[in-house]
Amino acid sequence: MEWLSPAEWTAVALSLRTSFWATLVSLPLGIFVAYALARWQFPGKQLLNGLVLLPLILPPVVTGYLLLLAFGTRGPIGSLLQDMGIVFAFRWTGAALAAGVMAFPLMVRAIRLSIEAVDPKLEQAGATLGAPRAWVFLTVTLPLVLPGVIAGAILAFAKAMGEFGATITFVSNIPGQTQTMPSAIYAFLQIPGGDASALRLVVISVFIAMAALLLSELVAKRVARWVAGS
Amino acid sequence: MSLSVALSHRFGNFELDVTFEAPPGLTVLFGRSGSGKTSIINSVAGLLRPRSGRIAAGDWLLMDSANGLSLPPHRRRLGYIFQEGRLFPHLTVRQNLLYGRWFAPKGETREDLGRVVDMLGIGALLGRRPGTLSGGEKQRVAIGRALLASPRIILADEPLASLDEARKDEILPYFERLRDELSIPILYVSHSAAEVARLATTVVALGDGRVLAQGTAASVLGDPTVAPLGVRAVGAIIPATVVAHHDDGLSELAAGNERLFLPTVPYPPGRRLRVRISAHEVMLASKKPEGLSALNVLSGVVEQIRVGEGPGLIVSVRTDAGTLLARLTKRSAANLELAEGSPCFAIVKTVAIAPEDVSGGAAVSG
Repeated sequence: MEWLSPAEWTAVALSLRTSFWATLVSLPLGIFVAYALARWQFPGKQLLNGLVLLPLILPPVVTGYLLLLAFGTRGPIGSLLQDMGIVFAFRWTGAALAAGVMAFPLMVRAIRLSIEAVDPKLEQAGATLGAPRAWVFLTVTLPLVLPGVIAGAILAFAKAMGEFGATITFVSNIPGQTQTMPSAIYAFLQIPGGDASALRLVVISVFIAMAALLLSELVAKRVARWVAGS
Repeated sequence: MSLSVALSHRFGNFELDVTFEAPPGLTVLFGRSGSGKTSIINSVAGLLRPRSGRIAAGDWLLMDSANGLSLPPHRRRLGYIFQEGRLFPHLTVRQNLLYGRWFAPKGETREDLGRVVDMLGIGALLGRRPGTLSGGEKQRVAIGRALLASPRIILADEPLASLDEARKDEILPYFERLRDELSIPILYVSHSAAEVARLATTVVALGDGRVLAQGTAASVLGDPTVAPLGVRAVGAIIPATVVAHHDDGLSELAAGNERLFLPTVPYPPGRRLRVRISAHEVMLASKKPEGLSALNVLSGVVEQIRVGEGPGLIVSVRTDAGTLLARLTKRSAANLELAEGSPCFAIVKTVAIAPEDVSGGAAVSG
């Protein structure tokens, strides 16, 4: 049964792909930034914190435009990366970048809160037993914050799925390349007779968002129970 | 190998400035809270970086501010037993015990898991998580975890403070064994005179960030200058041997040529013990008292009278059991016409000797 047209299906697949990669690639950086904000004192800490939160507060269209300026083929970073064969402008990778940037504050916030909840005395205990700092992080801190990391990742994924403003500003709305589900819904609503397609995508959006939230709750609870050891 | 520590540090108005030596055996850092004990032990661990100082274990330097050396905690080869245990909640008891072993240099893993597990009686707990353990069980696992890291120094920061009396009695014997069986220095923070009397090979008494006195448990606890630590801290430590247990709930101990009667002690006849008799609990009489309920009356000679501040003074009395300390008021000392060399009788109520004042460790020093 063909319940999705090829155009609709393309949008769904593209959204899943961009969100997956956006989450996966930003996760290590998110954990690192969250750890630095939670545990270290350094000059410019407030600046970093502000920078991380900025996409949450700025109008998405502004974030998208800033990305275009920086990562466009003529932008300072974009032209540098182009020489290395990496292009963001008007590619699905650009959509993933925009989604990742927009989801980053939520991810960092969730992980930072869970790192702050870990007693630094446990990390000290690890150090006194001979573990170098990186080992203490991998064997003590990370397992203890795993529920927060999973929750943060799923939240970021759901946010990335819904990203619209920054994406359409940065990489436009090219079917098969940068037309994610929200862009597709917007596009279908602009053409006569597109309502049915838009509605089907809306249902899928709601379904994926709900599933992600429920999954994150479930997994975080399971992992928290495992960590607590009962 | 002994541990030598010299350090100074400042927090706000608090000035820490100490120098001491911890020989093999168990050295108690003894003082009230706020005296700087925990800062010292954390400096040795590398968790606190003092403003200046030098810390060395034998000829191995852990820290020397003169040439900017300060090893990070993970390179100091420690076994740190914390007050709250600090077991890793996400690991099983077995994984907690073996945590330090990953990092101990090959060929320096002296302790065997099976031996440590047997010694601490934690075999049944290996598969469990710390969240399901009692306070006493947690501390036993914490001791095992520290030992299995094959440390060169053992640190313990009031490891019994979070336990009730019964649990303390459960854990104390393990520290006695560490003291008697290990050849490395153990630095043990405590504010309990009973723990000092029972465990210490050496005592470093601290007050207001300075060393008030250091030496054997008997010499430090018998020194009236440690009185700021609390009147009950001053007392004599008498080596004694269990002779018999009587049906009326008393144990008879031989100390020198004297007999002491105590509430039943949990050690078999023939066992050598240390008994701490607080100066607070000793009365003196110039004539042999009659019609007195106290069972322990020891004749002796006044050795020394040390006048402290306030109305009190400390009289040391040489008896056949050893030197006892008595805390009296200046008025009573005058009424009894006590002077150095005068004969007297020391009276100790049996029930004044609490179970925590009796230790059954093999190392009877002082």
